[in-house]
Amino acid sequence: MIDQMTVFLENEKGRLGSLCRTLGDAGVNMHALMIADTTDFGVVRIICDAPTKATRLLRDLGYQASTTKVAAIEAPNRPGGMADVLTCLADADANIEYAYCFGSPSHDTAIVILKIHDGDNLVDALAAQGLKALQPEDIYSPDEL
Amino acid sequence: MPQEELQELQLERLKSLLIRVYNNIDFYRDQFDAANFDPYSVESLDDLAKAPFTVKQDLRDNYPFGMFAVPKDDVVRVHASSGTTGKATVVGYTKHDIEVWGECIARDIVSCGGSSQSVFQIAYGYGLFTGGLGAHVGGETLGCMVIPMSSGNSKRQIQLMQDFETDILACTPSYAMLLADTAIEMGLNPAKDFKLSAAILGAEPCSESMRKEIERKLGVTVVDIYGLSEVMGPGVACECSYQTGLHVAEDHFIIEIVDPKTLLPVPDGEWGEVVFTTLSKDCSPLIRYRTRDISRIVPGTCECGRTMRRMDRISGRTDDMLIIRGVNVFPSQIEEVITGFSEVAPWYQIVVTKQGPMDYVELKIEVVPDFDFDEIRKIENLQNRIAAELKSNLQIAVKVRIVEPKSIERSEGKAKRVIDLRKAGASND
Repeated sequence: MIDQMTVFLENEKGRLGSLCRTLGDAGVNMHALMIADTTDFGVVRIICDAPTKATRLLRDLGYQASTTKVAAIEAPNRPGGMADVLTCLADADANIEYAYCFGSPSHDTAIVILKIHDGDNLVDALAAQGLKALQPEDIYSPDEL
Repeated sequence: MPQEELQELQLERLKSLLIRVYNNIDFYRDQFDAANFDPYSVESLDDLAKAPFTVKQDLRDNYPFGMFAVPKDDVVRVHASSGTTGKATVVGYTKHDIEVWGECIARDIVSCGGSSQSVFQIAYGYGLFTGGLGAHVGGETLGCMVIPMSSGNSKRQIQLMQDFETDILACTPSYAMLLADTAIEMGLNPAKDFKLSAAILGAEPCSESMRKEIERKLGVTVVDIYGLSEVMGPGVACECSYQTGLHVAEDHFIIEIVDPKTLLPVPDGEWGEVVFTTLSKDCSPLIRYRTRDISRIVPGTCECGRTMRRMDRISGRTDDMLIIRGVNVFPSQIEEVITGFSEVAPWYQIVVTKQGPMDYVELKIEVVPDFDFDEIRKIENLQNRIAAELKSNLQIAVKVRIVEPKSIERSEGKAKRVIDLRKAGASND
């Protein structure tokens, strides 16, 4: 399990841009960003190399920010790769709150981010099926560890 | 002083007051004559009900000094309202008026546990507003060590509060909350680290739940002080440490509660508009002044032993009452509901607009820093629960909107809780 940073943003022009600029200026490197949007506000979910440091920084600047534990699972970069992960979770009776993926065409694997209740046990179930869950040391910067 | 003796004193002072204003203030001579009220005919306190009322507009019409009963030479100070909604209302004080004011507030400081040994920090604004200088004269009258901070500069307030070992704080409730939160942000625990024992808060409404929160955060007893600049300033009435209503300084003021529509007095215990007659003021006396504040007389006597009757905490104002789709709503009722939710920070703003012909109410709130908002449904669930609670308590539909931290303006004086955009370009002051 790794820490995802979540930020509450009102739907206002330039708000996302200034959030990203703030993180960039602080030397935080993002791997993935996903927005759950509603009429009034968005919830921004970010996987980065320094979630604790970034959350503290944003809070000091007056953002509503917090960290949440999520599972980051490596899935093979081929048709059906994601489906395999989800089948595995369904077999383990997992309840998925939300999911998103990131990857690049040149890589053999993509990363599936999953918010699941009781995630720790499920990560073990996935490992038994040969699916690897990323650990903090795989993505955090050395300072963050 | 037993109530009978007090009433004798009131009657004696009332008789001379009515004659004095009739002879010295043109406005009252005209008013009394027009109403066929003979100030020399008063035989009992009940006769006061025959006198005409005074309203705020009367003070504006006689701007600046038309309501003074003494020559300007005898006036040692003036205070005035901000005047954002018209001409300012000006109130003058003779040396004696200031002494009476000091005595009223000195009693209030004692009744919440203070003494001449107290360190009394005043974070009400100083200036034309009566809060700062009113509390100041009270503190000096009692012999406290007064720290005249005025409002603002919160970090310095907190620094001195610690260094000078303040035991009593006087300011608005919203500023007390801001001071508490600022201290907590600075890494302090005011309830433990400060010597504070009581806070005398007034000048704006404070719900019971907001009071509890300030008490918990600061580790104090919060007493509600009441007053308005036209009548004197803070100290017209104040709670004792039993917190069961505000003892009115009845030796200096007569309180009446009237039905705001019929203007007839209501029995003790019933809610209505608060009306004051000032018994001791030399410069700016008022006869039956309609405050627009809604309260009631708390029946019975207080456990503290004081005989002065108690008025209840102000439940609203006849003029800040919002009429939303025909339903009367006081901002204090909305506050009462949202402070029941631990996820919500104590800052809120109500915005009223029109959508077509219909009133549309949006309630902006902030959530506490550790609220788990990672899943949208948790946010929606909170919004829905608050909306449902408002609906069942107030019978109105409110759109609840969570906004980012600190996007609702913090106030150092009176908090701006309601923005009514239904009248073109208008907003409440």
